[in-house]
Amino acid sequence: MPAEIVVDAHPLDTLFRADRLPHIWCPGCGLGPIMACYGQAILDSGIPRDQHAVVSGIGCTGRIPGYVDIDSFHTTHGRSIPFATGMRIANPELKVTVVSGDGDLFAIGGNHFLHAARRNIDLTVICVNNFNYGMTGGQGGPTTPMGARTSTTPYGCFEAPLNVPWLAYALGAVFVARWTALHVRQLKNAISRAMEKTGFTFIEVLAPCPIGFGRPNDLGEGLDEMHLYQEECIVDHDADLHETTIDLRQKQPIVLGNFIDTERTPFTTLPEQFRS
Amino acid sequence: MTSPSAKRVLTGTHFMTGDHAIAEGALAAGIVFFAGYPITPSTEVAERLARRLPEVGAHYVQMEDELASMCAIVGASWAGVRSMTATSGPGFSLMMENIGLAMITEAPCVVVNVQRGGPSTGLPTLTAQADVMQVKWGSHGDYEPIAYSPSSPQECFDFTIKAFNAADYYRVPAFVMGDEIVGHMSERVVIPEASQIPYVGRKRPVPGEHKLLYEADESLIPAMPFAGDGYRMHVTGLTHDERGYPATFPDPHDKLVRRLNDKIRLHVDEIVEVEEWQLEDAEIAVVSFGSTARTARHAVAAARREGVKAGLLRLITLWPFAEKQIRALDKSAKAFVVAEVNLGQMVTQVERFTSKPVLRANHSGGKMMPPEPIMDAIREAQHAS
Repeated sequence: MPAEIVVDAHPLDTLFRADRLPHIWCPGCGLGPIMACYGQAILDSGIPRDQHAVVSGIGCTGRIPGYVDIDSFHTTHGRSIPFATGMRIANPELKVTVVSGDGDLFAIGGNHFLHAARRNIDLTVICVNNFNYGMTGGQGGPTTPMGARTSTTPYGCFEAPLNVPWLAYALGAVFVARWTALHVRQLKNAISRAMEKTGFTFIEVLAPCPIGFGRPNDLGEGLDEMHLYQEECIVDHDADLHETTIDLRQKQPIVLGNFIDTERTPFTTLPEQFRS
Repeated sequence: MTSPSAKRVLTGTHFMTGDHAIAEGALAAGIVFFAGYPITPSTEVAERLARRLPEVGAHYVQMEDELASMCAIVGASWAGVRSMTATSGPGFSLMMENIGLAMITEAPCVVVNVQRGGPSTGLPTLTAQADVMQVKWGSHGDYEPIAYSPSSPQECFDFTIKAFNAADYYRVPAFVMGDEIVGHMSERVVIPEASQIPYVGRKRPVPGEHKLLYEADESLIPAMPFAGDGYRMHVTGLTHDERGYPATFPDPHDKLVRRLNDKIRLHVDEIVEVEEWQLEDAEIAVVSFGSTARTARHAVAAARREGVKAGLLRLITLWPFAEKQIRALDKSAKAFVVAEVNLGQMVTQVERFTSKPVLRANHSGGKMMPPEPIMDAIREAQHAS
């Protein structure tokens, strides 16, 4: 018996490319709700949709631009931030958002993150952190927590992971937040706040990857990882960012929040200031 | 932020280095965005633009490396402006990744490579012409670059403008393949009136006419919307269909990559440029380019004085290769001499299109090619033929 259709349309239908759906992500993946939060933030931004552009690198998160019906750029691995830098500076009318994964932004693209934040390029960067390289089948990366098992850390990851909110803060990002795919309202509000600001804004979003990361670490299905977030996360906007490293071995909470919200002269207005 | 007194086009006669002439050529061509990273012997291009671009309301960004520089100019290109970077060997190697992105997404931009000796760090301050195969094959996959080879500061100016126009018209990254000698030598550079600067822009979508992002007419070159235009396009480095959507299967891949290559091959006669000097009755055809073409000309003149019928084919475009011109000389000349500062790169291209003997005059870099090895090769070629 076919399911009863109770609604004709989803509020975000017009924002996504229907001819590209269904998406490629696995059941239980956190990218769906994160993409919805980004979409809602676009609609709520008050900025005309055609002034929004989204840029990604490579990986599962890198596929988000393919589904969002705005000018969208799926670039090379690790290079979303320099691509977005060129685009934003060349057309100051654009609101450019970078959406990419942890490996893309912090391993191969780490140097670009560093310098775009330092320069205070006017970009909103959303890093979806699923603790592994999902698209290539679950390898360890720069955010894989100590002890976690992946296909390239079969004895448990023995590299210290990056604590990316602390890094972003140290580099001078004017907005730094961490949420999860479970905390959709807080995440959407954080993206909206980041879009309002001028300068380098950064949001880390923890996301379940039940196939690549959940399975080897006995985290269960995507829903189980959502439960983990519900149970293990605390919100502390004033947290000391040097203490926000994620370690799944210990029963210590995962700290979420809008940690930094400050002002610093953005890159684009500086050349004029210095010449005058 | 534009300075009222600053001019984009420095009309007049100057005594200028090749690197500075490249910067002025870019300004005359309408550059809006430059991203780069300092590297000898191209640094003076960036230095000049760092001073000049803000004066005319354009943007200079010194990036963290050449990966970022190349990617940033592709992003700026999709935002609708003329963009450029400049580098040398090690940086050029890093740029290969996003040269591929520019090729597959068809993003017009200009890449300057002031060549130095390699491999690796090699000869930072000394010349070579050893990247002429890298510009053709260095990024993975099949593609057809357009690459110009200036022999003088004047041509550094002129060919940078040509590169911008070719990039925009054919929607490819276009290359100015200088070398340390032309980059650092000072000569007279005549900059014309702004109205006399040739300009060929990008083909733009016709408002109201519905076309897919990569739907091309018989020219095989699709019109290019810009970010912010309202087309809501999807641009990807993946193999894509005409909508721009990923289509990672053999048939769409073959269709896309063939068109990317054919859009250049179809227009080879319009793109390829050479200078022919004393070739009408030449028995020995000397093929050269860049700074080496200057001594090749000297060697040809000296050979003529010795009674040897020599002539010069100077490659202005390295790529697409001047296949037709070599085939024509195959009928009229008895032998070829290829003079280049590498251990035999463009010579293999000449050999592909002739059955006549092809002699080499080369060294691996570090100094200007002297005329003697070319003259020796010309004399030897007489006996070989």
